[in-house]
Formats: sequence, C-alpha cells, structure tokens
Amino acid sequence: MKQDRILLAHGAGGKLTHDLVEKLFLPSLDNEILASLDDSAIIPTERARLAFTTDSYVVKPLFFPGGDIGRLSVCGTVNDLAMSGARPLGISTSFILEEGFPTQDLERVVSSIKEAALEAGVMVVAGDTKVVEHGAAEGLFITTSGVGLVPDGVDIRGSRARPGDIVIINGPIGDHEIGVLLARGEFSLKGTIVSDCAPLNGIVQAMLTACGDIHVLRDPTRGGLATVLWEIANASQVGVIIDEDKVTVRQEVRGVCDLLGFDPLYLANEGKLVAFVPQDEARGVLETMRADPLGRESVVIGRVVDDNPGKVLLRTKIGGHRLLEPLSGEQIPRIC
Amino acid sequence: MAHEDVLAQTLVKEILRLVDGKLRFMEVCGTHTVSIFRSGIRSLLPKGLELISGPGCPVCVTPVGEIDRAIALTRLKEVTLLTFGDLMRVPGASSSLSYERALGRDIRVITSPLDALKIAVGAQNRKIVLFAVGFETTSPAIAATVKEARRREIHNLYLLSSQRLIPPAIKTLLSSGKANVDGLLLPGHVSVIIGKAPYSFIARDFSLMGVITGFEPLDILEGICMLLRQKAQGRSEIENQYRRAVKDQGNRLALQIMEEVFQPVIARWRGLGKIPDSGLTLREEFEDMDAAKVFDLPLEDKEDPPGCCCGEVLQGLKSPPDCPLFGKRCTPDDPIGPCMVSSEGSCGAFYTYGVLQ
Repeated sequence: MKQDRILLAHGAGGKLTHDLVEKLFLPSLDNEILASLDDSAIIPTERARLAFTTDSYVVKPLFFPGGDIGRLSVCGTVNDLAMSGARPLGISTSFILEEGFPTQDLERVVSSIKEAALEAGVMVVAGDTKVVEHGAAEGLFITTSGVGLVPDGVDIRGSRARPGDIVIINGPIGDHEIGVLLARGEFSLKGTIVSDCAPLNGIVQAMLTACGDIHVLRDPTRGGLATVLWEIANASQVGVIIDEDKVTVRQEVRGVCDLLGFDPLYLANEGKLVAFVPQDEARGVLETMRADPLGRESVVIGRVVDDNPGKVLLRTKIGGHRLLEPLSGEQIPRIC
Repeated sequence: MAHEDVLAQTLVKEILRLVDGKLRFMEVCGTHTVSIFRSGIRSLLPKGLELISGPGCPVCVTPVGEIDRAIALTRLKEVTLLTFGDLMRVPGASSSLSYERALGRDIRVITSPLDALKIAVGAQNRKIVLFAVGFETTSPAIAATVKEARRREIHNLYLLSSQRLIPPAIKTLLSSGKANVDGLLLPGHVSVIIGKAPYSFIARDFSLMGVITGFEPLDILEGICMLLRQKAQGRSEIENQYRRAVKDQGNRLALQIMEEVFQPVIARWRGLGKIPDSGLTLREEFEDMDAAKVFDLPLEDKEDPPGCCCGEVLQGLKSPPDCPLFGKRCTPDDPIGPCMVSSEGSCGAFYTYGVLQ
C-alpha cells in the first residue's frame, strides 16, 4: 500500500511504527543515546547517570475503571524511568485541550495526576497548556516527560539477559487493555475488569534492594508480554522459554479474548513488569515482589537458554510449542 | 490446567497410534487455523499428518472488485461506511479502507451488525451503508438488522452484501480435484447455524470424511482422532465432534430469517473463481436497502495482485511460506493479500505464530 500518508497503524507499536522510527526519525535525529531505543534515555554526566523519557497519552475514553488519562500519564512516564532502575526526580505535564472541554473533567484529571504523583513519590515540576479549536483534538491529550537518577552499580538494559536468568512477572496480564476496551462500550459487553495502571518505581526499588544485579526490566505496555519478551531475546541474542501454564490471565479477560479473537499475550498492561534476574537471586527477588502490594501475584514464567538466540518459545497448555513473535498489524483501539 | 495437558497427551497418543502413511486434512475454517497455531498442535502431530488451511476466512475470500466497490462508496459525500475491523487494511486495486479513512472519508469500524441501527438513527442526514462480509455464522444477525430497520422504518440504512456460503465453496474445491485432501475438519460456528445435512455431499459424492469440530485445542485433537478412526475403519461419513453446540438440524430460527431476507446468488471467491449460489443478496422486497443497486455501483471483476498466492493458499494448494511475497513484501503491517490481513487468514497465522523448524 502507498506510504504517503500516516495511518492509525503507524501508531500501533508494530512494524509500521518501527519503520517510521527507523526510516523517518532516526536518519535526521540519530545519536548515540537515542539509538539505544530503550524506554528511557540514559544520559551520562560527570557526577551521575540521568534517565530521561517522554510519552503522549491519547487514551479513549478519558476515564476508565482503575484510572484515567491523568493517572496513566504519570504512571506511564514513571514506569519508563523505573524500567532503567532510575529513581524519578520530577515530571512535566503538557496539556492539549479541545475548545469546549468541561472544566470539571479537567479538574478530575488534575486531581488524579496529583494522587498518582503522590503515590509514586514524584513531583510535577513543569507544565504547559494549549487549547485547540473544536474538532482539532478529541477532548484532551497529555504529554508527560520525566527525569530520574540511575543509582550507582545499577545496569538494567534490554540487552543484558543471560542464559540461566529467570523470568518473573508481577501478576496477571491484559487487565488494562480489556478494562479500557470494555469502558469504551463498543462491544455490548459488561464486565468488572479494572485497569492495572500503577506506578512501579516502588516495587522496582524494593527489587533492587534484594538484588542489585537485575539484568532486564520491561513494562509490557503496547504490544503486550509477547512483544516485550521478543525484544529482549533479540537485544540480548538469547533464547527464552515461557510456560503458558504459568502466565496468569483473569478468567474475565480470557473470556473477552475468546469472544473477540484476541491473544492475551499481546494485550497492553500499565502496571506490570517483566524481570530477568540471575538464577541464584530469583527466589529472593520473587519473595520481595510478593511482599509488595503491586506484586502479590508475582510468578516465575520462564527462563533464558543458550538455544535459539533471538527467539521466544512458548510451551503451550496442551504440551505443544510455538514461537512468540512481536505484535504485528493489529488494529488496536487507543489504550494509552 | 494439568488436566487439559493429560487429556491432550491421551489424544495425541491415539493420533500417533492411528496414523498410517501420509495424510492431508484440511481445516476449512480460519478460526481453526488460529487455534491450531496458538496451541502448538502442529508441533504434536506426526510428520506424515499434514494440516492445511481452507477457504473459511471471510475477509480472505472477498475479491478485489468488492473491496473497490466499498471504497467507491466511501467517496460519496453523503455516505458513512460501517465495516468489521479486519476489512480496513485489505488492499483493493489501488487503495484500502484504512487509507481512505486517513484521507478523511467517513468509515467506522463496528463489532456487531446491530450497531448499524443505532448509528443510522443517530445520523438521519447521512446514508449509512453496512459492508457485510461473512459466512452463515454472521448472516442471521445481518438479516435481523435488515428486518429491524424495516420494522422501525429506518430509511437511511443500506446493506452492501459480500456474504458467502460455505458448502458451495467446499463443493467447488473438491470438484476441482486439485486440493488432494483425505478429510475435512468442518467449521463449528457455521455448523451451529446450518447443521449437518448440507455437508452430506462430501461423503456421498466425493467419498471423503468430515468432522464438524469445535475450536478448543482438545476439540481439534479429538476431531483429528475421529477422522483417523474413520480412515482406519474404511468409513466416509460426516460426524459431529462439536455436539455441545451443533445440532444435526442446525438452528431453524436463524435459517428461517436468512431465508426471509436473502437469496443465494452466483459470487466470485478469491482463488476459487465464480461459484453458483455461493453468495447472498437481498431479496426483492428489501431491494430499496441494497447499496449496490441504490447507489448504482457496478461490480468490476478484477485480478488478484500479481505475485500474491492467496488464491492457492485458500485452496490448500500452497502453504503461505511458499509464496514469494510472504514475510518479505507481504506482512501483517503492510499486506498485499487478504490472507495476511485477517486475524483468521492462514498467512497471518503463519506469520504471527511462527513455528520453530
């Protein structure tokens, strides 16, 4: 198909997004720091390593069970910082408002930004507001940026997974995407699924206390668990084996997936993290995670092997196996 | 879940015991294809037993001409086109619905045909066209939408029908003699509506066996076992593995409402060509809702894109990786053929659920 227009799929996080970054953005903007394409940029200074990240939020609907665009915009950026092991220092919020947007709704959003920031222990230190004409934006878009400090000795990167590492996730997958999907009311489905949207910097700091040498952390947002695992296997050139049996999916989430033909492994999460930790430290990390309110349902879901570098093998519930590939070409509604 | 694991092992053992020589079974339905890939069933089967995907993916069999007709409709200023998500990225001759939407055409994705009623009522100044693609599974709901629009005197709702019927396609496929299959896993959902009888020609005229099969991995393993047992006993029959959902006589009410609203017509299938009585069009008394007639859009016969093997893939003649475009010029993000677009297309399933060689 012609590539002379931006399509919704360019923002879906799949191959078209990748192409846009590789062929349009990087050729003009490339540099050593940007090229690593991790969740946060790590900027070395004389005295410390700074983590820096930015993200825009266009979720629809603005309010959903378990959160709203305000909470999401804080958690998303805090989590991107946390996945490098950084302690967030401050975040900025930038609002694009559509003319006619109810002031009361804006107050609600700002109040949940305040609450989420308190929860994460981070300050909102800068901001901006623009208003565009009716129809030029759908209600409210938010962009947040964040700066954090990477503690000495911490080196968490997608390329650091090593054979023998144990793969841990802090709970069931898919709650955010299905929660938002149901809140859109488009599927004539009703449910009680609540988005898992939460700031993960607290649990990450606890994990780092248990094990200073965590190899990889990633939050499986857009593209889901499968895409994140594939990215790590590729960046580290190792094989990853995952047991489908161990990955938990709430029954309600599974039910919606069955109905709509979705694979839960590709659903977005906003309060989940995947950790790759050295084998002999896995038990300690798992216990620490389970002691945290955001990690009570933590489980070991797999391990890293020498075989099949760059590939993720899923052992299915019926004892078969298949490869997990990154998300490609799905039309996903705006969920982040 | 250990339970599922144990049952699966028992069925796989039975399959290994029964397999004798080389066999090719076709899963007619795209939902089966996806379930087979997702659960890793292929990795459990013996080498001699090959599963091939059939023509049962509604988006995949929709020919280029019908996509282009829908695109032409969206260029009329007064028209809002409603479509199922899978259709958005299927390439027509030179554009797709998703590209047209990026140009500002009024195209909306719906999940249930009944949504069309609400949209039509809410936009009286627009002409709402429901682009209906699907098999017997969805046709009753579309028929119900048409009847309800008539009952409620909703005059701005139209139907662009690209619906298809499964049994005539199977007949054409088997008559061609090219498919070279030993048995068929027949679609569960379609059979919920039509029952068992419409498949009887498979056993009678082609001496082939078929098993109506559910969509859980265990259903599919059991369906394969049932085909193998028939083979071992020298039988060619239509059996029903999916008894918890499929009655022999089908769903009478659903069949009745389809019959009331639609009549079969000759229709083109991608890969299979024109097949008599394999499409559904509105009956004369609903003609004023038929978008193809109201907007006077003739259907042009158009060739499939050059190099694309969707047609052969849909007939089980080629496996997706045999296509020179597969995974190179044709990917789910930038598809050339519809089998790569649909979540139920076999190329998309091969690409998404890669198998370790």
